[in-house]
Amino acid sequence: MTTLELERGCATPPAATDGAEPTILRERGQREVFCGLTGIVWLHRKMQDAFFLIVGSRTCAHLMQSAAGVMIFAEPRFATAILEERDLAGLADANEELDRVVDRLLARRNDIKVLFLVGSCPSEVIKLDLSRAAERLSTRHMPTVRVLNYSGSGIETTFTQGEDACLSALAGAAPTSTTKDASLLVVGAVADVVEDQFRRLFSDLGVGPVDFLPSRKAAEVAGIGPGTRYLLAQPYLRDVAGVLDERGAQRLPAPFPFGAEGTTAWLKAAADAWNVDPARFDDVVAGPHARATKALASRRALLDGKRAFFFPDSQLEIPIARFLSRELGVSLIEVGTPYLHRAHLEEELRMLPAGAKLSEGQDVDLQLERCRAARPDITVCGLGLANPLEAEGLTTKWSIELVFTPIQGYEQAGDLAELFTRPIVRRERLAV
Amino acid sequence: MQLAVWTYEGPPHVGAMRIATAMKKVHFILHAPQGDTYADLLFTMIERRNARPPVTYTTFEARDLGSDTAEIYKRAVIDAVERFSPDAIIVGASCTAELIQDDPGGLARAAGIGIPVIPVELPSYTRKEHWGASETFYQVVRHLADKASIADRPGPDGRSSCNILGPSALGFRHRDDVVELTRLLRDIGVDINVVAPLGAGVDDIRRLGAATFNVVLYPELGETTARWLEREYGQPFVATPPIGVAGTRQFVEDIAKLLDRPLAAAAASNLPWWSRSIDSNYLTGKRVFVFGEGAKAAAIASVAADELAFDVVGVGCYNREMARQVRTAAQKHGVEPLITDDYLEVEAAIAELQPELILGTQMERHIGKRLGIPCAVISAPAHVQDYPARYSPHVGPEGANVLFDAFIHPLVMGLEEHLLAMFREDFEFNDEAGPSHVSHGRVSVAQGQETAAQSMPAEISLTEPETHATAPGETWSVDAEKELRKIPFFVRGKARRNAEQFAADHGHSTITVDVLYEAKAHYAR
Repeated sequence: MTTLELERGCATPPAATDGAEPTILRERGQREVFCGLTGIVWLHRKMQDAFFLIVGSRTCAHLMQSAAGVMIFAEPRFATAILEERDLAGLADANEELDRVVDRLLARRNDIKVLFLVGSCPSEVIKLDLSRAAERLSTRHMPTVRVLNYSGSGIETTFTQGEDACLSALAGAAPTSTTKDASLLVVGAVADVVEDQFRRLFSDLGVGPVDFLPSRKAAEVAGIGPGTRYLLAQPYLRDVAGVLDERGAQRLPAPFPFGAEGTTAWLKAAADAWNVDPARFDDVVAGPHARATKALASRRALLDGKRAFFFPDSQLEIPIARFLSRELGVSLIEVGTPYLHRAHLEEELRMLPAGAKLSEGQDVDLQLERCRAARPDITVCGLGLANPLEAEGLTTKWSIELVFTPIQGYEQAGDLAELFTRPIVRRERLAV
Repeated sequence: MQLAVWTYEGPPHVGAMRIATAMKKVHFILHAPQGDTYADLLFTMIERRNARPPVTYTTFEARDLGSDTAEIYKRAVIDAVERFSPDAIIVGASCTAELIQDDPGGLARAAGIGIPVIPVELPSYTRKEHWGASETFYQVVRHLADKASIADRPGPDGRSSCNILGPSALGFRHRDDVVELTRLLRDIGVDINVVAPLGAGVDDIRRLGAATFNVVLYPELGETTARWLEREYGQPFVATPPIGVAGTRQFVEDIAKLLDRPLAAAAASNLPWWSRSIDSNYLTGKRVFVFGEGAKAAAIASVAADELAFDVVGVGCYNREMARQVRTAAQKHGVEPLITDDYLEVEAAIAELQPELILGTQMERHIGKRLGIPCAVISAPAHVQDYPARYSPHVGPEGANVLFDAFIHPLVMGLEEHLLAMFREDFEFNDEAGPSHVSHGRVSVAQGQETAAQSMPAEISLTEPETHATAPGETWSVDAEKELRKIPFFVRGKARRNAEQFAADHGHSTITVDVLYEAKAHYAR
């Protein structure tokens, strides 16, 4: 019996196999979400040779320093070129100004190998063409610096979609690999520690060569071609998957690597593509899987039977709800997601409890009404809503921690559960 | 195009949010793209507010731009009024909506909602947060104040009353300043008519005219309104910052002059005795750099110089609107004013001046951390830790006490300082460990300087790379480097710079122990 089968046999809620599709509520109203620029907060630390230049307004710069909660003063590898009135007067001048700003930036930072020009709401609305600017500047600064562009604007992207757009630009610029030999590409920013753990596991499985997108060096993107098999480490990567597919790469469909079960299934997708012997697979994952199960057991005692409500934020909601429901016994009141990309979430949706209620998009006032009426034991929401809901007596988990914390893989399964137990334990302990 | 890493001020619509959030039953309907809702967390996280700011955003997306964003705005107005039943609404646009020119004011009026509509123009590409707050408050008062309230003004024989103008949401210590100032004014025999915008509702704004005069607590936010009330309602105003012992005294004197009658005495502050007690001797001549909101920075510089006997080696502000006050303050202290909103310029100035203490904003706290210089935060922008749970005003008698404590807390105390200087090589008790009462470790000065030296040239700046004041030639002898380490850490940076400057000026290519001490004698103060 493989580990997966063992898992299906254990006392987790059964998968919705009887066609009890989740119900989906679609809403359109005020969306309480970040824009795609916010992804720079983690992307600029992940890629050590890249610099992100937002072409935007003072609001964009203000968002960047506020969203991170704390300002990162250790060498920020991002900045904002703030548009001023004269930049709005004529696009020719705006382009000239941009060239001037970039020249100066690059002159002062010779460690930059990849410069991302990041579009914003105002730059999109005034139709400042950053792809042409990137081409122009690339010609000027190659081979030392490659200039790429993407949009992180709020009118086009929600929170983690900014990473999707950034990685799409990187994948589009990756060299072409002509070899038919299989190689694995793990797509989606993960913490360095998670990357290292996955590398070890793939190596033990005999799956490889393995590359990560993004890797710690933006200038060293792996070649992409018909031999490329890719695994998504994050659920919000629709566009980059499109770019990879176009270049002949093949996606290995899998649930996402959250929790012991998700991680096993995710690794298994790669193992199967490499025809890894099932016994070897079980042998490699048995140790870390047992550790994850052990770490989850004590947390399950605290979470079993609790009721959770998710406000839409990062698109991580569905895989994490699946993990909470199947491995920790949490029941799901409503799982909100900014977008529901069915193709990538097919496996996840199948694993949700029968009749789970999902919501896509948002009308925050209506959703707050539903949340208050349901009185969840834990509410997963953004920073703007957390304190007001706590003040109303609800226990909350800020969703931004889910993208700022290493949560993928076996060794982090307990940490992921801990993110949900801590607010509950805290509320129980406080006697004031 | 202005290249910015961090900004001291947000965009003007954040200023408008600060007014709406400060007030009661006033709702702000902001035409803004998806993502601009981040601003909610300024209030719910940094200021720990327990309710959402009263702001409805239209959060339009690209697909809406082709259709009808104006219709989205109108619907948002109608829905928000129905849901929140405010007494008045403020309507405006953020930077992106400004570009699509939907005219929120006209749309809201056309919606026929039966409550006052206050349109605000918030030019995002030329103005900033303070301007937006000041303008919004001014428009709120212009639209809502009722001139008939002048009839309720106290007569010449009755008690006088005043309005306190300026305190807002997300203001630095505004919550406690209002409490302290209210106490101070009552003590001297002046009643409070209205505090606005903080805690004021539409009815409060209507009766602003009933006060004898106005107190402008924060000129950045309240002076425009006070000037209008002076002109239109015949209400004089006092804008003297009641900061420090002298500032508070001057504030009371100015009110007495305005009312043309003697006032009861204000409560005494502990500051004068705390400063005179011999323990405070070590504070004499400490070199301090002051930076923040202009009015605050100017007042704080005076307290530092006159009430703690610090030497002010630099003073500046990031809001040009207050440049005049800061220039005057700089002149008083005999230094060059630094008026800039580029934090890299501020960092360069601090690195150059090597003060022993920084009194600044959250930005300067980080600069201080990097350079190994202690810092007390005295002005917005500030992080969550500078919104304390305890009562901690900056104005009035208690404010002076708070300032004394805040200024000396990051410093090494007098006798400790002596012992550190005497027994420099003690392996357990040395200056790299930092003040013994501050638990978190200090960045060692050597390390701090290395970090600064490494990072600063790599940082981006609008200004051209500075040419270093010293010729690139001179190097430090090993002995001189060792000797430098024996100089207390809080003056070591200055000593290093002085020695390098001295060597450059006098043609020494190597800085020896002798050159180091010659420089010390040369620059002896």
